[in-house]
Amino acid sequence: MAAAITLDKVTAGYQDVPVLHDITLSISPGERVAVIGRSGAGKSTLLNTIYRRYPEHTALIPQASALVANLSVFHNVFMGCLDRHSTLYNLRTLVAPPAAEVAAVTRVLEAVGLAEKLFAKAGNLSGGQQQRTSVARAMLNGRPIVLGDEPVSALDRVQGGDVLRVLSERHETKIFAMHDIRLALEHSDRIVLLEAGRIVLDEPSNHLSYERLLPHFEGELQ
Amino acid sequence: MRKAGYLPGLTYGSATQIFLLAAIIALPFADLSLSAVHPGAEFRRLLAGILAPSFSAIELRSVVWTVAFAVLGVVVGGSAGLVLALFFDRSRLVRLTAAFLRSVHELFWALFLMQITGLSPATGILAIALPYAGIFAKVFAEIFEEADKSAESVLPHRTAAVSRFAFARFPVVAQQLKTYTLYRLECAMRSTLVLGFVGLPTIGFHLESYFKEGHYAQATALLACFYVLIGTRRLWARPWTVPVLAIASLFVLPEATGNGSTWNNTVRFFGHDIVPAPLRSHSLWHGETWAAFGSWVWRITVQQIGPGTVETLILAQIALVAAGALALLLYPIVSRRFLGQVGHYLGRVMLVVVRSTPEYMLAYLLLQLMGPSMLPAIIALSLHNGAIVGYLLGRQADQLALRVDAPNGANLYFYQTTPTLYGQFLAYMLYRWELILRESAIFGILGLKTLGYYVDAAISELRIDTATLLLVGVAVLSMSVDACSRHLRRRLRIEAFPVRLSAHHGAQSARSSGAYTGAAHAQQPVA
Repeated sequence: MAAAITLDKVTAGYQDVPVLHDITLSISPGERVAVIGRSGAGKSTLLNTIYRRYPEHTALIPQASALVANLSVFHNVFMGCLDRHSTLYNLRTLVAPPAAEVAAVTRVLEAVGLAEKLFAKAGNLSGGQQQRTSVARAMLNGRPIVLGDEPVSALDRVQGGDVLRVLSERHETKIFAMHDIRLALEHSDRIVLLEAGRIVLDEPSNHLSYERLLPHFEGELQ
Repeated sequence: MRKAGYLPGLTYGSATQIFLLAAIIALPFADLSLSAVHPGAEFRRLLAGILAPSFSAIELRSVVWTVAFAVLGVVVGGSAGLVLALFFDRSRLVRLTAAFLRSVHELFWALFLMQITGLSPATGILAIALPYAGIFAKVFAEIFEEADKSAESVLPHRTAAVSRFAFARFPVVAQQLKTYTLYRLECAMRSTLVLGFVGLPTIGFHLESYFKEGHYAQATALLACFYVLIGTRRLWARPWTVPVLAIASLFVLPEATGNGSTWNNTVRFFGHDIVPAPLRSHSLWHGETWAAFGSWVWRITVQQIGPGTVETLILAQIALVAAGALALLLYPIVSRRFLGQVGHYLGRVMLVVVRSTPEYMLAYLLLQLMGPSMLPAIIALSLHNGAIVGYLLGRQADQLALRVDAPNGANLYFYQTTPTLYGQFLAYMLYRWELILRESAIFGILGLKTLGYYVDAAISELRIDTATLLLVGVAVLSMSVDACSRHLRRRLRIEAFPVRLSAHHGAQSARSSGAYTGAAHAQQPVA
């Protein structure tokens, strides 16, 4: 089967300062990959690099929820499918949301447990609620590959697990950057460990254990 | 520091010295005489008028028209500016157009527009809308530039530009655009007042005649009415009232007073009036036509643009230094750090009075009292700008984090606050430089020999072609000063400091309207 994502000796960074070195990575459709590593290891850069290379096939859940504070939760989630409608229809939805769109947005919000906030202003939500709005936006976007940059960092482990499960049902291929080793092991088939911008470990999750990964996080609270 | 190797380093001190030197060189060439025969008597009559205002002089229609012109000018100028702002970073043509529009003062625009649309509402609205479109374009573009783009960056690939703008760009900055537009409405009120001095039926029209006839009691009443309008701006100018006001304004505007058909005037204006005289009805294929044109340009440049520019610069440079000195003197008086709560209230009052009093009107009044010379103009410019910068510095001084054992009084002033605020002070003054220059050019209409004098004379002799060339001269001068000011701010590394009065008031809302801050409603800035 053709790979969903292929990176071949990629070096990337910000403003001439390389963050990723020599990354070679191939991810097949249907895989559920957790990218782990200390903060600053290059997880976000890796996800953003993939996002820029496969814009047609990916939906991104950025680390900071990246919502428009002045718009409602509905409009923020609806932004996930702006490309599927005409400009006129989008503008109409901005002013008077059609029932069909409200229903579609409500469905994804229900999946992340935020349906009651449908028309609340995004700026008034808590951090966890903002994160779930950002997840719902990616789900409505519906592209086959979802890139989640710490998508459940503001949620507790139970809620976080639920959100990762619905995300996994919705998107064919899943790549999550995480720093919680247990959550990563529980919700992935494959672990990619980054250290100082290089892949130092790439193995199926069921070959790994918390104890084996922990030394790589020495000095960071787990 | 990068340039330190081959350019003499520019410090706060040497920059100050350059401007001081320029003002000192200019001083002997400035006419600073007090030529009024009885300035004392006239001052006493002014004081008597101020103490006993005659409120029956207020003509309601002119008040309504003042608001109507300002609202429509801002609505038209703001809409045009918003469209220009969208292409600001992509198109040099748009940037140049905006720079040209805002480098020409609204009074000059009015004088020109009268040739086409006569003394009509269109003249008043466009005279404000044209320069304001240029200002709006620049400020809106800056707001878009600095906006949080994180939501925009995760929009689905191939989202159309309009949807992109409507969902992820506009809502992020809506609060800032709103605050700035409402602030501009206040500026537009001042502009309409000044447009009254050249004939539009606003409050300024009546003010001018009362001033001219020495009816200070009536003038005081009108001015008080204007202060109330400005002071209550936050009550009547709100996001939802502006559309209502705009539509209502369309219905109450005065009738145009006959100046023939606008269409015929437009054809005549662009087809004949504005065409340089040597090129009219002469073949453009002949060398001598262009030779005549060349000598026409040369004659106007040498006889009018040259002397006008020198006189404008003399006035502007002296006024700039005087305003700076005044600001440094004033800021401790309006600062809580120096005068406590008293300073705070003094600052408020000073700001309201100064902001609502247009420099042009102040200069007109002072010229009336003191007689024609450059002195009244310098006083008007330095009072207005010095007080605004003084107020802003006072607020900055209040926000400085001082150590517990900080000195007080003169030691605090000379050793702590003034050195700390000096970069900010220079940033304010360098920004004000261009505003003072634009205003100096305009004061020519009042009889000083600055560029405005020649523009006004050419228009009243219906030599529109000459006036147009002069206007290009004004625009070039003001754009050069603007460029020079920006260069100096970069060299001094103070380019990131806030410079606009509106920035001071919009700061709070700007901070809390980020895309994912989770902050509650942006606070209404304080009055």
